[in-house]
Amino acid sequence: MVLRGLWKLTWLEIKIFLREPLGVVGTIGLPVLVYVGLGRLVGSGARRAASDAPRAFTADLPILSVLLIVASAVLSLVAIVAIYREGGILRRLRATPLRPHTILTAHVLAKLVFTLVTLAVMILAGRRYFPIPAAVPIVSFTVALLFTTVSLLSLGFLVASVVPTARFAQPIGTLVLYPMIGLSGLFVPIESLPPLLRALARVLPLTYAVSLLRGIWRGEGWSAHLGDVAVLTVTFLVLMAASSRVFRWE
Amino acid sequence: MTSQPVIHVDAIRKAYGRTIAVDGVSFDVQAGEIFGLIGPNGAGKTTTMECVEGLRQPDGGAISVLGLHPVRHVYQLQERIGVQLQAAQLQKRIKVREAVGLWASLYRKPVDGDRLIEQLGLGDKRNAWFMTLSGGQKQRLFIALALINDPEVVFLDELTTGLDPQARRAIWDLVRGIRDRGKTVFLTTHLMEEAERLCDRVAIIDHGRIVDIGSPAVLVRRHCPERSVVVVTEDATARDRFEAMPQVDSVSSEGPRFTIRGRGDDLVTHVIHCLGEHRIRVIDFRTELPTLEDVFLKLTGHQIRD
Repeated sequence: MVLRGLWKLTWLEIKIFLREPLGVVGTIGLPVLVYVGLGRLVGSGARRAASDAPRAFTADLPILSVLLIVASAVLSLVAIVAIYREGGILRRLRATPLRPHTILTAHVLAKLVFTLVTLAVMILAGRRYFPIPAAVPIVSFTVALLFTTVSLLSLGFLVASVVPTARFAQPIGTLVLYPMIGLSGLFVPIESLPPLLRALARVLPLTYAVSLLRGIWRGEGWSAHLGDVAVLTVTFLVLMAASSRVFRWE
Repeated sequence: MTSQPVIHVDAIRKAYGRTIAVDGVSFDVQAGEIFGLIGPNGAGKTTTMECVEGLRQPDGGAISVLGLHPVRHVYQLQERIGVQLQAAQLQKRIKVREAVGLWASLYRKPVDGDRLIEQLGLGDKRNAWFMTLSGGQKQRLFIALALINDPEVVFLDELTTGLDPQARRAIWDLVRGIRDRGKTVFLTTHLMEEAERLCDRVAIIDHGRIVDIGSPAVLVRRHCPERSVVVVTEDATARDRFEAMPQVDSVSSEGPRFTIRGRGDDLVTHVIHCLGEHRIRVIDFRTELPTLEDVFLKLTGHQIRD
């Protein structure tokens, strides 16, 4: 009974999400556009003049793109939970035999489906202009991305638990998330950050997400990144525990 | 009616911080009746109802619904009750048929969703998004969701608030239909007309306390027994004739317009009889019966409207 409700609700939430054109463009379109667009730009530049800067950027472009996928999953989760709470939708769903965690799990599953779809579209659309090197272990990378998404969705739940109204959800989520991406070591190596920011970067989960995704992309293998996996797991457990304490249904 | 009540509420209390929302509320709801909890906004209606539904835990007192404890047996109870919540929404872009389908998948013995949609007059809206429905259609969908598991008890919280009179009347017919199919209906409303027309029995609640319980007619008779008849006549003897009637308490007049006050259901008959007997020529004749609204005013000392 519970499982049937979970599949049905997940499937419905996916369909409902697809009915909002802007949301779909933001979720699937933006990361793909960044990947293909920027890839084409720097890719052709790199062919002409094999300088180091574009190459370094080229190497991390896939990581940046998938971080955008994760970020949009987290932000849209924050927005949905806030809107559903404000509209009394969560309250209405909770007054059914659906267990509270089933309602939230359905949203996580829906987000994971969109993460997978976006990644697939990215790879397919990039085949022409910015192909993925044959050495990249796609399956492992997909697993790493899903794992990272689940871990960081817990951050989404925490933000969604504390935002006062739906109007603030997206801006607050963005304010929390984007500085983390900036400090994650993707644009500037952690070692070259000033000491204070370096210390900050070391405690932010995004840093470990970038390390894991980048490592798997380069074919380093999971055993080299057990520390990242551990940090992201602990992040998930701690943030879920915290948000289950402060989560409001109405 | 002497059988065990479907809902038994015994001295429940609920406070939010220092505000006492419900303060020792007790009542029974019998099988097959429409029972209304009536009172102004903020009187404690919704809190009481949500305690009975198992959505809130009261601070004190006892509740049993169909012999079950609303919080401890919440999942057992949910199979047997249907709930419509005040001011609830659904996903903006969920279709009527999808919402009914989802709800049907959550219960062990759902009724046929398509038939339910037809019965509630949403047949041509089956593929419409929730956000495109009118207020009345949304409420009919919420009634459909409350009925999907063929519940024994249906809870309706401020069902017709914000609806136009026509949509309101249509909803009343639906609610009567639910009762006529043998179900028990427990509703809240701040509309006295709705309570008077729809409810078999009502409990009047104010500031978190029950003021009185009974059928609308009984409450009116108990608290507002006075009746008045307005007669417009130019007959010079009228005033003396009216005052001579033993059932009349007072007669006041404003030009040719007399207001005759008395008590008891028979006042009107006596006045008509008096007019006929003395061949008094009447220009206009009107009776004024007290309503639940008057009862409320008398019991609480204030109007129900905000």
